[in-house]
Amino acid sequence: MIVTFTVNGESRVANVAGDESLLTVLREQLGLPGSKNACEQGECGSCSVIMDGALVTSCLVMAADCEGSDVTTVEGIGNDRELNAIQQALLDHGAVQCGFCTPGFVVAATHLFDYNPHPTSDEIKEALSGNICRCTGYGAILRGLEELAEGSA
Amino acid sequence: MTAGLTTKKRVRGGVGESPQRIDGIPKVTGNFAYASDLYATGMLWGATLRSPHPHARIVKLDTSPALAIGGVVTVLTQDDVPGRDGFGMHVPDQPVFAYGECNYWGEPIAVVVASDLPTAKLGVEAIDIEYELLEPLTDMEEADRLDSQTRRMKIRRGDLTVSGEVVAEGYYEVGQQDQAPLGNEAGLAIPDGEGGVDLFAVSQWVHSDHMQIFPCLDLEPEQVRCHPVGMGGAFGAREDVSMHIHLCLAALRTGRPVKMVYDRAESFVGHVHRHPARMWYRHEADRSGKLVKVEARVILDGGAYESSSNAVIANAAYFAVGPYKCDNVSVDAVVVRTNNPPAGAMRGFGGVQTAYAHEAQMDLLGAEVGLEPLQIRRINALGSGDQMNTSGQLIEGPLPTTELIDELAAMPLAGPLDSTDPRHLPGGTGLTTDPRHVRRGIGYGVTIKNLAFSEAFDDYTDVRIVLTPMGVEVHTAACEVGQGMVTVIQQLAREVLQIEQVAVVWADTSEIGSAGSTSASRQSQMTGGATYQCAVELRDQILSEYGGDELTGDGIWKDGQLVVTLAEVCALRPPTHELRYRHPETFVTDENGQGSPHPAWAVAAHRAVVDVDPELGLIKVVQIDAVHDVGRLLNPVAALGQVEGGTAQGIGLATLEELVVVDGVIKNANFTDYLLPTFLDMPHVEVRWVEEPERWGPLGAKGIGEPPTISSGPAVAAAIRDAVGRHLHRVPVLPQHIVGV
Repeated sequence: MIVTFTVNGESRVANVAGDESLLTVLREQLGLPGSKNACEQGECGSCSVIMDGALVTSCLVMAADCEGSDVTTVEGIGNDRELNAIQQALLDHGAVQCGFCTPGFVVAATHLFDYNPHPTSDEIKEALSGNICRCTGYGAILRGLEELAEGSA
Repeated sequence: MTAGLTTKKRVRGGVGESPQRIDGIPKVTGNFAYASDLYATGMLWGATLRSPHPHARIVKLDTSPALAIGGVVTVLTQDDVPGRDGFGMHVPDQPVFAYGECNYWGEPIAVVVASDLPTAKLGVEAIDIEYELLEPLTDMEEADRLDSQTRRMKIRRGDLTVSGEVVAEGYYEVGQQDQAPLGNEAGLAIPDGEGGVDLFAVSQWVHSDHMQIFPCLDLEPEQVRCHPVGMGGAFGAREDVSMHIHLCLAALRTGRPVKMVYDRAESFVGHVHRHPARMWYRHEADRSGKLVKVEARVILDGGAYESSSNAVIANAAYFAVGPYKCDNVSVDAVVVRTNNPPAGAMRGFGGVQTAYAHEAQMDLLGAEVGLEPLQIRRINALGSGDQMNTSGQLIEGPLPTTELIDELAAMPLAGPLDSTDPRHLPGGTGLTTDPRHVRRGIGYGVTIKNLAFSEAFDDYTDVRIVLTPMGVEVHTAACEVGQGMVTVIQQLAREVLQIEQVAVVWADTSEIGSAGSTSASRQSQMTGGATYQCAVELRDQILSEYGGDELTGDGIWKDGQLVVTLAEVCALRPPTHELRYRHPETFVTDENGQGSPHPAWAVAAHRAVVDVDPELGLIKVVQIDAVHDVGRLLNPVAALGQVEGGTAQGIGLATLEELVVVDGVIKNANFTDYLLPTFLDMPHVEVRWVEEPERWGPLGAKGIGEPPTISSGPAVAAAIRDAVGRHLHRVPVLPQHIVGV
């Protein structure tokens, strides 16, 4: 089935099988491996993307349902020359170890700060509780985002 | 830049700072290449047929229906293994593919190679296989009775006829924990067109993989090259071979690159787990609380194959008493062989299991003699100059157990419960917890772990440093699994060479000697130590050659004047130095476990504050305070990350994480049912450091990877006991253990 949708501001076309997830199509067809496959059950958040304004786990979205949608992946949030504020905050606070969860955290935190630029610590924890990090124990992620929440206008 | 310059710049990003990771930017932008992201033109995909039974005889195996599927290129079974039939970290007891009998649930039997992954999976489904079911051996005590074991450890020290007036006895169990690294097993093998193969697969130790792989392929060592790759965590799960030999066989058979990626369910059977444990303890002390005698019996379930069980059981035995003085010790420890999932390395490596027992025992003793938890630990604290309680080894380096305890006691306690916000209650936003019934508890864990490899293992690490006009290159085969070793290597090279630009170059097994395993808390000390020593020797050689007295990124200086630029130094040939670094020699112990098996140790102390909802059995860890014995703090941010992350894994085992294995079958091989700590499960972790430099390693630094995972869990378990007033003997502590208190 041919699906046409917008990914990171560009119109993209994918030929998808009936049972293929958005995650598989992003990684295997569209050359966007930044979204990570870690559980394929929507439990870990490593494949988080923003779809039509909502934060979703792309492993649980059927690619066939994406017709006409607007999807933002980690690749659409910042790049090596110009990091967004979330990416910079995570880097500055040592919130990246193995980094496999990091794209998901970047997307989820970007979504949080988009609608709540000054989240409290409890709001940050709750908003990111669907993203599992096995390396950091979340401390450095929290410190980075807390500083951003206090500092951002 | 010209000679004659007189102003020197101090280099940034040296030891004691926390420079940004080299791989940080690609990791936050999603551009970092993990093994699962690798591609090669014309590549095929592999998928694995696995045993659906923990113990069965294969009576029929017909791969032709798979081969009949369009897109399936080949199917590999044990018949296709040209060389040695098995592999293993210690002994090659695990077949490349099960043949004859399957010995655990999920054991690989065949690999289907196809044009894409869905087709390869179809091929797996199509294989015609029949089994005759055999009775699985799944109880570790029964296995012990049947003498189905990998290694028995006996420790006898001192006079075991003595007795103390105060006795504490206990039985303890530790459930099976999974490393659950976020990145699943993945790899890509590329044939070289000349009969050899290059492998890019997840690994904590490419040279160990290499030694296990090439004999199975019946190739010469140099025909197989194992490359370090990007990895989404490890925690022990990448120390063993998983898909590695399968990938190489597939690439050699098809003449094309072949990729494999396990999904999460397969990952749960695709790597070894932490050994579940049963432990029986008897502590005897005098009236003042000083230990007189400790007797322990420990069984670990190693599952179907040996992996690193022989070393895990040694740790469980040598650290069975913890960091406490005791002259009369008896330990009988055995790791048994069953039809359960294979167990092997996981962060803490045998020390985690016995730490739960010895720490619960110390609390029981303290209660008997009327001492607070930290008091009973302090009066028994083991230190430098003492003999190790189990092996009798003289502790020559620093062991600041008392200092850690005093530092921990001085840290401020968490404040009272904020019951107005349900997010701070054990039941969370479900509004299930009645704040009036919440009980707070405080508990402690003080533990000890060996650093690097022990028991006469020839533990070394090779590095090569090359000086170029662009800066420094450090060549190593050490595997970065996420912990930040690459940054520490850079810092150490900068510190010595005073050149800011340092590149860490990943070398494959044909390009450099082994760096040893990224495990056993060893890489900062071993590859870090090698880098430091190699840089010192290279610097001194160059200075001596040019008669200089100082090296910087500008060049060589003498008496405050630049005499030759770095470009000039490198003009003829880049100065290069290679070095093999070893820690102090260790030895095999005698038949009573006596001797000097360890090169060094680190102690750790944790305090946990928990709130418990006794009606629903829910636990909220409120705060963790920790003090760590780091020798010398090389990178404060990275070290803090190790403590926070290690603590999370300790909290996980204490309260959430357990592989539920019933009759040899894992019932929760997914992230919905195997629960990992989330943001909401993690409290604030406050950390203090005690810096007493070790005798070896870079600037006296000690490893920090494992200690926090060992001491945090027992502290949490103790805090829960304190809250509910019940002797909980098993971890993870689950709601059903708490309710009805």
